[in-house]
Amino acid sequence: MKQVLEGSMAIADGVRMAEPHVISAYPITPQTHIVEHLSQMVADGDLKAEFIMVESEHSAASVVLGASACGVRTYTATAAQGLLYMEEVIYNIAGMRLPVVMTLANRAVSAPINIWNDMQDAMAIRDTGAIMLVAENNQEAYDMHIQAFKIAENRDVMLPVIVNVDGFVLTHTFEVVETIDSIDKVREYLPPINMEYKLDVENPYSFGTLGEPSVYMESRYNMYNAMKYSSKTIIDAAKDFKNMFGRFYGGLTDTYKMDDAQTVIVAMGSVLGTIKDVVDELRDSGKKIGVLKIRSFRPFPEEEIVNALKNAKNVIVIEKAICPGKGGILSVEIRDSLFKHKINTVNVNGYTIGLGGRDITPKNIKDLVERAEKEENVDGEFIGLSQQYL
Amino acid sequence: MLTKEETRNELFTMGHTGCSGCAQSMSVKLIMEILGKNTIATSATGCLEVFSTRWPESSWKIPWIHSLFENSAAVASGVEAALKYMGKKDGINVIAQGGDGGTADIGLQALSGMFERNHDVLYICYDNGAYMNTGYQRSGLTPFDAYTTTSPSGKESFGNNRPKKYMPEIAMAHRIPYTAVSSAGYPMDLQKKVKKAMTIKGAKYLQVDVPCVPGWKYEPRYSVKLAQLAVQTGLYPLFEAEYDKIISVKKISKKVPVEEYLKLQGRFKHLFKDEAGRAEIEKIQKMADENIERYGLM
Amino acid sequence: MDFKVGIISMPGAALSNKTGSFANETPVFKHKACTGCNLCIYFCPEGVIYGDKKTKIYDFDPDYCKGCGICAEECPVDDIEMVLVEK
Ligand SMILES: Cc1ncc(C[n+]2csc(CCOP(=O)(O)OP(=O)(O)O)c2C)c(N)n1
Ligand code: SF4
Ligand code: SF4
Ligand code: SF4
Ligand SMILES: [Mg+2]
Repeated sequence: MKQVLEGSMAIADGVRMAEPHVISAYPITPQTHIVEHLSQMVADGDLKAEFIMVESEHSAASVVLGASACGVRTYTATAAQGLLYMEEVIYNIAGMRLPVVMTLANRAVSAPINIWNDMQDAMAIRDTGAIMLVAENNQEAYDMHIQAFKIAENRDVMLPVIVNVDGFVLTHTFEVVETIDSIDKVREYLPPINMEYKLDVENPYSFGTLGEPSVYMESRYNMYNAMKYSSKTIIDAAKDFKNMFGRFYGGLTDTYKMDDAQTVIVAMGSVLGTIKDVVDELRDSGKKIGVLKIRSFRPFPEEEIVNALKNAKNVIVIEKAICPGKGGILSVEIRDSLFKHKINTVNVNGYTIGLGGRDITPKNIKDLVERAEKEENVDGEFIGLSQQYL
Repeated sequence: MLTKEETRNELFTMGHTGCSGCAQSMSVKLIMEILGKNTIATSATGCLEVFSTRWPESSWKIPWIHSLFENSAAVASGVEAALKYMGKKDGINVIAQGGDGGTADIGLQALSGMFERNHDVLYICYDNGAYMNTGYQRSGLTPFDAYTTTSPSGKESFGNNRPKKYMPEIAMAHRIPYTAVSSAGYPMDLQKKVKKAMTIKGAKYLQVDVPCVPGWKYEPRYSVKLAQLAVQTGLYPLFEAEYDKIISVKKISKKVPVEEYLKLQGRFKHLFKDEAGRAEIEKIQKMADENIERYGLM
Repeated sequence: MDFKVGIISMPGAALSNKTGSFANETPVFKHKACTGCNLCIYFCPEGVIYGDKKTKIYDFDPDYCKGCGICAEECPVDDIEMVLVEK
């Protein structure tokens, strides 16, 4: 059914369709609407779940950890400060191989306190062992949440999945979203959770043991491998979704107008909408330009990126987070991927833009396209600074 | 009667690496005997977690999970919620465990949340009066004047300069249905309180005084003796409360001067050096007397 | 892929760890004055004492006893004695 839905409602509804059993969260802008909608669904009996409204994000993540260890399907959501407060638990969830699904309404990190969108929060937890997907629009956010449970719960993956959605830009914006009418079809797509190891009085395992130097590395290696393997699961989940529901946004990456493209813009999330408009315009004027969308940030789709970029001349990477003391984050990983594949003909430029909710305009993008042809190896330079404050 | 084979089938098994004479392991063993196999337990980071589950070993024969230092109560809340969802809560006990640090300091927020939401969980705090797992640093439950590695005695110091936090009262302030304080020195008392807690729905708090051999610095054979002296001096009042009302106290049979308790422990050794130390012992005696008065221990 | 490694243990697997090797002392149950009070069983931190109230014959499991001496200290009738382990 086609509906005009607020992003948060689309996400909540996608989560509802996946039928989580235990939900726990703590409010933080711009995640609040998602959990408000979910609590209403539980209150109205539209979703049969235990909803635990806790006293902090640390506990929200801990509640879903405990519940997940019992073998039930779990969900939480947060943003920025809340995410950093839960980070310790996210490492733990991933290390214990628990398939928790979580929404991250991407928001700038304090100080200064700022509730608006960028991806600094996501970058802060990129090494936790959680799979990190990024949705471009509300439709993809809806669909991605259903896929997320399927990926997390895959027996060979068993890792938390974090679905990134741009705060406000998606969470608070109304768009047309096609929702799924048949819960049975979703159930067919996403079979009941079935965990091999869980807290069960009939089979009383001990979880979260002390891993001494003799075994810690092997445990981490297994997790690292599962993350690698999950690439396949993410692609399969997207393809199966397409077969069942008809919609597809790429597997780990997606490309737009990439045939013969000499200039490529690489980005994640909602900014892709603006970028695609600009690319349409530039294509009309004869420019050979295309877009590479990163849909999975972790696992990092090295092969796909190399394949997409190897014939390009100039690459523009939209950095919505900064690594102080170094520079870009995404662009560094892209440069490294190309380097590893011995490709040295591609000029990769990373530009830091849109931090703390600052608009990224079509003009900004066009300027970057122009600049990138004249510059080399830009490493996270800040774009659009107000001189009066410097 | 208990046979050798049966001892090996206890729900908290031997083979753990706790110190010789550890009263925490003694208490866990006693508590598990009462809770039985239909129990799911969480543990905070700390001695118990480390000495009972060195992979691939485990002393637990019930489902058990350790996540982090400060979230035992929250993890247990999640376990309870999952059981509720599955319709299995009736008939399964959920317990959350932590040391005094994991409970009264870093885990207090999660614990308060668990109390306030009134999850059907029994929280057990094994109070050995310091962060023992990391090498005897002070916690909010370290007794007055005790030497720890971060509240050392010295020319300018008699050790920990603050009295113990009234953690059971903090639990009671949440108006949870049951709060109890017990001790490794009184196994029947401990088991009776666990049994009672099992009959009550909602959040329960049990704090157990568990002497620690290397942290308190005494000979391992004195673990029980010290736990009993803590009670008989009035320094560690044992009681039960329902909501905010104390409903029973363990009476002191024969009041013992605090000195008898202090002198067996290296952590109070510095109080026996000179007159100034004497005066400190007097202060501790006063605290014990106040406890006796406040809780009606005699 | 075995993801149990380092994070999940089997129930009671600690039994494979024979902690008796920690002990410097070991109890001797004299079987003379025992009243069958069971205190030694309650207080043993390792849970290694077993016995029978009726016959008043109690003993311990040397494979796991750490030699703490609590049983000897607490036996109300001094029916347990600690002796040095010969190593
Ligand atoms: C967030 C965090 N901070 C600090 C630590 C280090 N740490 C682990 S156990 C512990 C002390 C435990 O003390 P307590 O809770 O009293 O338990 P005990 O070991 O005394 O039984 C500390 C400080 C940690 N694991 N996690
Ligand atoms: S340090 Fe103390 S609490 Fe920890 S195992 Fe040893 S005796 Fe027990
Ligand atoms: S010496 Fe300690 S461990 Fe050994 S049997 Fe006696 S109480 Fe138990
Ligand atoms: S404590 Fe002493 S008297 Fe009591 S059962 Fe043990 S051996 Fe017998
Ligand atoms: Mg402690």
